[in-house]
Amino acid sequence: MAELAIRDALRDAIREQMVIDERVIVMGEDVGAYGGSYGVTKGLLDEFGPERIRDTPISELAFVGAGIGAAIGGLRPIIEIMTINFSFLALDQIINNASKIHYMFGGQVPVPVIIRMASGAGLSLGAQHSHSLEGWFAHIPGLKVVCPSTAGDAKGLLRTAFEDNNPIIFIENTALYGVKGEVPEGDYRVPFGEVRIAREGSDATVIGYSGSVPQALGAADRLAEEDIEAEVLDLRTLQPLDTHGVVESVRKTHRAVVVEHDWRSGGFGAELAARIQELAFDDLDAPVARVAGVEVPMPYSFELEKAALPSEAQVVDAVRAMF
Amino acid sequence: MSIEKSVAGIPREELLGLLHKMALIRRFELKAAEMYARGRIKGFLHLYPGQEATGVGLISRLRDDDYIYSHYREHGHALARGLEPKAVMAELFGKVTGVSHGLGGSMHLFDHSRRFMGGYAIVGGQLPLACGTALAIQQLGTDNVTVAIFGDGAVNEGSFHESLNLAAIWRLPVLFVCENNLYGMGTHVSRVTATHDIYRRAEVYGMRSEQVDGMDVLEVRDHVDQALRRIRKHEGPAFIEAMTYRYRGHSMADPEFYREKSEVERWRRQDPINRFKDVLLRADFEEEELEAIDERVDAEVEDAVRFAEQSRFPPIETLTQHVYAPSAADLLETAEAPEPVQAEKREESPDREAGEKASASEHEAA
Repeated sequence: MAELAIRDALRDAIREQMVIDERVIVMGEDVGAYGGSYGVTKGLLDEFGPERIRDTPISELAFVGAGIGAAIGGLRPIIEIMTINFSFLALDQIINNASKIHYMFGGQVPVPVIIRMASGAGLSLGAQHSHSLEGWFAHIPGLKVVCPSTAGDAKGLLRTAFEDNNPIIFIENTALYGVKGEVPEGDYRVPFGEVRIAREGSDATVIGYSGSVPQALGAADRLAEEDIEAEVLDLRTLQPLDTHGVVESVRKTHRAVVVEHDWRSGGFGAELAARIQELAFDDLDAPVARVAGVEVPMPYSFELEKAALPSEAQVVDAVRAMF
Repeated sequence: MSIEKSVAGIPREELLGLLHKMALIRRFELKAAEMYARGRIKGFLHLYPGQEATGVGLISRLRDDDYIYSHYREHGHALARGLEPKAVMAELFGKVTGVSHGLGGSMHLFDHSRRFMGGYAIVGGQLPLACGTALAIQQLGTDNVTVAIFGDGAVNEGSFHESLNLAAIWRLPVLFVCENNLYGMGTHVSRVTATHDIYRRAEVYGMRSEQVDGMDVLEVRDHVDQALRRIRKHEGPAFIEAMTYRYRGHSMADPEFYREKSEVERWRRQDPINRFKDVLLRADFEEEELEAIDERVDAEVEDAVRFAEQSRFPPIETLTQHVYAPSAADLLETAEAPEPVQAEKREESPDREAGEKASASEHEAA
């Protein structure tokens, strides 16, 4: 099993798919000569040429829409939006077109487009480059939302995305691109809609996705020192959501904490909390807790940014408070 | 253009075909208005009368393998493309036999088999899609074309400028057709558009662009023909601004406070259907031939209404059926790794349809 950084695991998946399927093209800002803002597409231009690795103008609306139109026309495009923050410029195409075309035209044409984007805070990028809005996209029927936190999942989920005929919002965390992990060799996939049990435990379930998973794991380590065994779940995909996997764990531990970098009000954690109480109310020994971002535009100044994001200590406190 | 010159070289049946399509659209739209008033059609209904020459002239020159992306005033385009009037009317009625199985409605007509790639109801939203499908054409190496139809209202959207730029830098096989009917809803184009000659905006993106009389079906046809020929020779995108007019309000809800009746009357005097009939009569067509067309479209539209009335609404059980397309990934547990897929190249196989079918059946199999 190879040890790879997330960005390298993603690149391997893309390269392997481009070799076997000529319909796959990559489009986005600086994906070619520059190698991708976060280095995911580095080297692909040399290998596949400028027709399949296309640098686009800074026109998110147009190149995302063009990716959707290319999928309709028979290609399997991978669109890179440099960061989730810029996806707002293309929301009309993603929401009004990509998510609806299959349905509103009576199921006549699928839209197999993968829209990759980097998300997350913690790198002192300020208010306009630090959003964690995975939950926004998960709100929209017709989209699938994938947000891995490990290299193995990044590759396995991307490979599953290649076989899906729907628009996939594939969200990568900016702070995790360089994090290494084991990636199985050969032809393997990670299915959508299946949580990963990142750490087994019996006393509380801590649920994270994307950038909040490492924090959940860190908190679990600290809780173990106090003899509290937390089970950590990595959702991996928000749409489809493995409600069953979450509820199974909560039935075992009787306590649940959701950790997310997104703002609390109307965030994905609220959806999870609602589902848990709908399906496992009688199993709960305490109300479902949420540890989320403070509801401010992200400040630049380092200590303030840290204070705006959920911390390991907050997760530990939330679990402790349930006993 | 003289009459003789304008019809010269166009087969008789084709000329009658143009008249038939325009008359069909006119009749269909008037009937749709009536059905709306009777509560059979709900929601928004944007009608096409006045603009028939533009849609018919344009679409008459397309090949079966060309793609069309349109806007929400698209009944005329759909009928011109050969979608069945019955299935279009059924869609307006919300019936399962409609072109979009009742899920789309008036603004979202679609027929994949005719490469009628949909009516879109966000102004300008279809332009990037058209560019993308043109990119697929370019990548697959064929010589078909994507047509993007939009109104004068779309030209102040960012999507318009971004799409023209993208098409120009990548030399995409797109024909942009602006139906300038002078009003974006109730706002005259001159009040909101800095360059009054819209076609000149395309020139600054380095593409060939021209303004045509959108009330003259032969002029539209002729200019479209020339533009398509150049695009098929890989000369990059082209732009046509068709000057036209809609007789009816923006939608059925429009009280038309913003324009004088006399203005509408002035445009009606150069009605595209009457003008074309005059051309045909002067070119030795018989009155009876033209009247026969009117009778034929009356019958077609009556049939369409009967069909729509008699069709069923989509069963409630199908409400969530098409939210997601079926995928190989759904069968992950049992599925084997997919076969490698080679993109089809024109030199390898001139039969584009075969490739389409193969890819469609792959979706089915999935």
